[in-house]
Amino acid sequence: MAKIELDNLAHSYKENPRGPEDYALKQVQTVWDDGGAYALLGSSGCGKTTMLNIISGLLTPSQGRVLYDGKDVTTLPPEKRNIAQVFQFPVLYDTMSVYDNLAFPLRNRRIDKAHVDKRVREVAEALDLTDVLGKRAAGLSADAKQKISLGRGLVREDVAAILFDEPLTVIDPHLKWQLRRKLKEIHKKYQHTLIYVTHDQTEAMTFADKIVIMYDGRLVQIGTPEELFEKPAHTFVGYFIGSPGMNIMPCTLNGSRAELSCGGVDVDPVVAEKALGAGGRLALGIRPLYLEVLDEQAPEGLPGHVTAVDDEGSSRIVTVMIAGQKLKARVAEGRAVPADRCRVRFPMERVRIFADDYLVG
Amino acid sequence: MNKWQNNRAWFLIVPVFLVVAFSAIIPLMTVVNYSVQDIFGPGQAYFVGTEWYREMLHNSRLHEALLRQIVFSFTVLAIEISLGIGVALTMPKKGWGASFCLVAVALPLLIPWNVVGTIWTVFARPDIGLAGVFINSLGIDYNFTANPVHSWLTVVAMEVWHWTPLVILLCYAGLQAIPEAYYQAARIDGASKWAVFRYIQLPKLRGVLLIAVLLRFMDSFMIYTEPFVLTGGGPGNTTTFLSQFLTKKAVGQFDIGPAAAFSLMYFLIILLFCFVFYTAMMNADKGDSK
Repeated sequence: MAKIELDNLAHSYKENPRGPEDYALKQVQTVWDDGGAYALLGSSGCGKTTMLNIISGLLTPSQGRVLYDGKDVTTLPPEKRNIAQVFQFPVLYDTMSVYDNLAFPLRNRRIDKAHVDKRVREVAEALDLTDVLGKRAAGLSADAKQKISLGRGLVREDVAAILFDEPLTVIDPHLKWQLRRKLKEIHKKYQHTLIYVTHDQTEAMTFADKIVIMYDGRLVQIGTPEELFEKPAHTFVGYFIGSPGMNIMPCTLNGSRAELSCGGVDVDPVVAEKALGAGGRLALGIRPLYLEVLDEQAPEGLPGHVTAVDDEGSSRIVTVMIAGQKLKARVAEGRAVPADRCRVRFPMERVRIFADDYLVG
Repeated sequence: MNKWQNNRAWFLIVPVFLVVAFSAIIPLMTVVNYSVQDIFGPGQAYFVGTEWYREMLHNSRLHEALLRQIVFSFTVLAIEISLGIGVALTMPKKGWGASFCLVAVALPLLIPWNVVGTIWTVFARPDIGLAGVFINSLGIDYNFTANPVHSWLTVVAMEVWHWTPLVILLCYAGLQAIPEAYYQAARIDGASKWAVFRYIQLPKLRGVLLIAVLLRFMDSFMIYTEPFVLTGGGPGNTTTFLSQFLTKKAVGQFDIGPAAAFSLMYFLIILLFCFVFYTAMMNADKGDSK
């Protein structure tokens, strides 16, 4: 159990990195609390796995430090770091029984037999593996195998953090839920710091207390699912979280009005002032959930027309064209949607302004 | 669909059937035919039943050759497999070093068998050969043409030199196929180098090792050319292995019947050993589970 600090971390796989484009991980500075459950979320190739491997010690970063509870472990190999890692596909010692698999990390550390036995049985109990302890690991199903991989981390009492590298990729969808619930249960029981890499936002949201969004080698935001949804720190977060993602449109500011090519939208004056101060390329963002599609005669809103309606069951996704820009709006079931011409209202408290892709306010 | 249409499918396997018949079944049957007849000349053959089989089973020279062959095959197998795994483990995994090693290691495999014999004949000569002169300079009176022990060691060394590369290549390919995550997990679990070998690499190599053992066993059990060129089966009969014995019988003495009978026994012996190896290796780790 440990607090994990990443201090000014960066990593390049090249030996002599020239520009920032040579770095897989650029300038990461953050603190992860002891006992927290974090999900590292980002699209493929954004540096998630690189970061995980740096934390676990499989990679030594090109620069910066990794601290566990204030202790510098940057140059320590994984076996000295008290971490456990669960990989994308189950990694097992095929020729061993489940029992021996679970006992393996302890036996390697020369822990006495009675204690090994006690720990293995305890962990097997927690993971519902007691029935298969005597079986050969190779013959089990993928979810049982993944539980064994996790179990090998749990048996060690000294484990500070457990890292997961997309552990549910090979699991059948209906078992994913079960396994995820098991993970939460285990987390509650043992209070390890958990770091979970995934590119599936549902997985991240159901698993973690806090979600860490990575984009292009940087941590762009750490927050609860709600924070990510309401106040995305970066346009990427807005676009990546939520389905469909946030509507983002380039704009200019005129006082507290954001000017789009077809009219203006009211913005919180405080935000507008800050945005003008920040300068740079400005963009306006709004979640599809908050965009209101009204009929043509409505007193306010920008004029546009509806081009498509997709029924999702509980709600409908309406595609609206405004001045050549395609916007998505989520409309609750039962509310009327204009057939063609319409007006679209942007509620002021929901409008976000981004300056050079970073949230203002 | 009527029956005729269904049966037409059989025509599709006729080519394969013909190829197998002409390449394997018919020649094999000819040998079976020879093995039960006494042949004096064209058109002069008499059916003798199992006489040749009984004769060969009681042939003491054959017993000696068989024993020699078994000792030889198991010796080279043990050396080649362990050496092959060992070398494969130490070879670089990537970069120019890996390519270089692969080519260097594969060189002996590219040399024709009789040339291998010739190379070693010269190499081991006590008067001018590099190895022969060197060993003699160490104070050992080495002469592979006169001393049976030296002759044996030379044949074994030659076989190991010639064929270990195959085992190395197979093991190397097998090792390359192990995903990196296994090694990472092992590091995190605090596994020693030996434990990584014993619980990850060796089990993952089982498939290729099975192939290596079968190939090397069959090949070494049929070895002919290299010892023939190197020692001619001598001194005396000390390096006469089964195939050489067989050739002497069939071509040297023209005892076609006994030679044919022995050929079939030879074939069955190899088949039996391969079956045993296969079964043993496929079930090797079943005993581990409780």
